[in-house]
Amino acid sequence: MVKVFERPKALADVPTHYCPGCTHGIIHRLIAEVIDELGIVDKTIGVAPVGCAVLAYNYFTCDMQQAAHGRAPAVATGIKRVCPDSAVFTYQGDGDLASIGCAEIVHAAARSEQITTIFVNNGIYGMTGGQMAPTTLPGDKTTTSPYGRDTSKQGFPIRISEMLATLDGPAYIARVSVHNVANIVRARKAIKKAFEYQLAGKGFTLVEILSTCPTNWGITPIEALNKVKSEMLPYFPLGEIKDIEAGEKK
Amino acid sequence: MGERILMKGNEAIGEAAIKAGCRFFFGYPITPQNELPEYMSRRMPQVDGTFVQAESEIAAINMVYGAAGAGARAMTSSSSPGISLKQEGISYIAGAELPAVIVNIVRGGPGLGGIQPGQGDYFQSVKGGGHGDYRLIVLAPANLQEAVDLVTEAFDLADYYRNPVLILGDGLLGQMMEPVEFKATKLRELPAKEWATNGLRNHGGKTNIINSLVLDPHGLEEHNIRLQEKYARIVEAEQKAEIVDCDDAELAIVAYGSTARIAKTAVTQLRQEGLKVGLIRPISLWPFPVKDFEKVIPTVKSFLTVEMSAGQMVEDVRLTVNGCKPVYFYGRMGGIVPAPEEIAAQVREILGGAK
Ligand SMILES: Cc1ncc(C[n+]2csc(CCOP(=O)(O)OP(=O)(O)O)c2C)c(N)n1
Repeated sequence: MVKVFERPKALADVPTHYCPGCTHGIIHRLIAEVIDELGIVDKTIGVAPVGCAVLAYNYFTCDMQQAAHGRAPAVATGIKRVCPDSAVFTYQGDGDLASIGCAEIVHAAARSEQITTIFVNNGIYGMTGGQMAPTTLPGDKTTTSPYGRDTSKQGFPIRISEMLATLDGPAYIARVSVHNVANIVRARKAIKKAFEYQLAGKGFTLVEILSTCPTNWGITPIEALNKVKSEMLPYFPLGEIKDIEAGEKK
Repeated sequence: MGERILMKGNEAIGEAAIKAGCRFFFGYPITPQNELPEYMSRRMPQVDGTFVQAESEIAAINMVYGAAGAGARAMTSSSSPGISLKQEGISYIAGAELPAVIVNIVRGGPGLGGIQPGQGDYFQSVKGGGHGDYRLIVLAPANLQEAVDLVTEAFDLADYYRNPVLILGDGLLGQMMEPVEFKATKLRELPAKEWATNGLRNHGGKTNIINSLVLDPHGLEEHNIRLQEKYARIVEAEQKAEIVDCDDAELAIVAYGSTARIAKTAVTQLRQEGLKVGLIRPISLWPFPVKDFEKVIPTVKSFLTVEMSAGQMVEDVRLTVNGCKPVYFYGRMGGIVPAPEEIAAQVREILGGAK
């Protein structure tokens, strides 16, 4: 019998704590598949955020560090400077990266740190119970925008990928989604390219992944996937936003 | 070897770190410690090391966390407001049990305060500063030779105990020039860093995790108990103080860092006047040198703590003396450095009043 599907070696054989319908698990798997495919599990160091993915250090089999809220890019900088021949990645939510950790991600990108950031944008603070994130869509209700995000008082969502793409430092920035199979395949390709660029020393790389949070969005997993497609995609368009090999894209 | 070089305090501390094998320095500008990151930016490329000017003190301490976790000797420096920003990171480093050396060239506070020397960060340094039950080893040099020696020792202590070590200086120490000698001392046998997250290929294929999160309350209590046991070992083994002229002293001045130098001048002056005065100079502020105090408590009649603060270390002196003898306090604040004559006047008043 031929085995056609198995757990990636970079993914630990343990149950995760993620809610039903949450796409963190898919994203973990994609990263692990890429690590396996590139054969780099023995020289990869991951940095877990503060957020729902905090326990990511238990889910990958490579070396892992757990970072303070938002500081993963600084921690990754320290690791990569010590281990320049390794692959170093951060895994961060949108509260972690786009709010409290905004300075760290901007400057890691500006310094063109040779790291890969996986930026999981679910438009909400999942772990703390569904508060408004910098990426929460206008009008969306959260536990701290109970009347819907009012842009006159609560401002507008940040498009991190486009913002970072204005810098000279990044080598590769892409926004992908995992709401259906075709997009999962594209997400995997983007993650792989980011790691490859890092290994080739091309510079800072970031893959923003639109993700779901059915629990805190207060809808079913299927509705959550549909929300990504119908509401998030128009605000956060998919694509390779910067690729130094291909020149600037729009 | 044996060569004495005239150096500025901040630069001497930097060179000592390099001599101790530190190759990763993460800094951010703030007076009065700027010469330290500046020196490191010059020196690190010459020794194949790394200097990063971080975007903030928060980023700098987290870079230290990453680098230390990956197994390197890493350092950051700042002055008071910047050290406040580092506190979350320091708590993480302590919680994750990583070795790191942090330098605070203290200035007057609170808030933006001033840029002249101060000692108002004592509480922050020895009582926590960040959140949680953790301890830093805190070393307070009083001259540049000692600063250089303590930086060497700090890296060893950090590696030995897997604990952050704070060098607590002040603007005076950072800015002054003195001749220093870099001695190649090997202080302790250090364990290999088998826990470092530098890739499975470097440690036999087992996954290493650097972490301070323990969600299970029993697990977290166990972790804390283990930390406290480590701190108890440090308290037992690492107390350090200088005792001057205390054998026949009626009064012992207690002072650390730059203030202790000034107090020493006052002691010499008072001795010439025939007054029996000594000095206890804590070098390790945590662990507080209780054992050294215990030698002096039975024979002196009183203590005078002198600080460039409103009175912070004096609380530890009082805890240590525990009501056995009166403990007086004299302090200057806001970057005012007390003169030997001021301290001497305090002593004369106490001793005169005691008669
Ligand atoms: C300094 C600090 N501030 C706040 C928190 C509380 N906190 C934990 S997770 C989190 C938000 C995480 O949201 P996000 O980054 O969007 O990730 P998600 O949980 O949605 O995956 C916050 C605010 C913390 N742990 N540390």
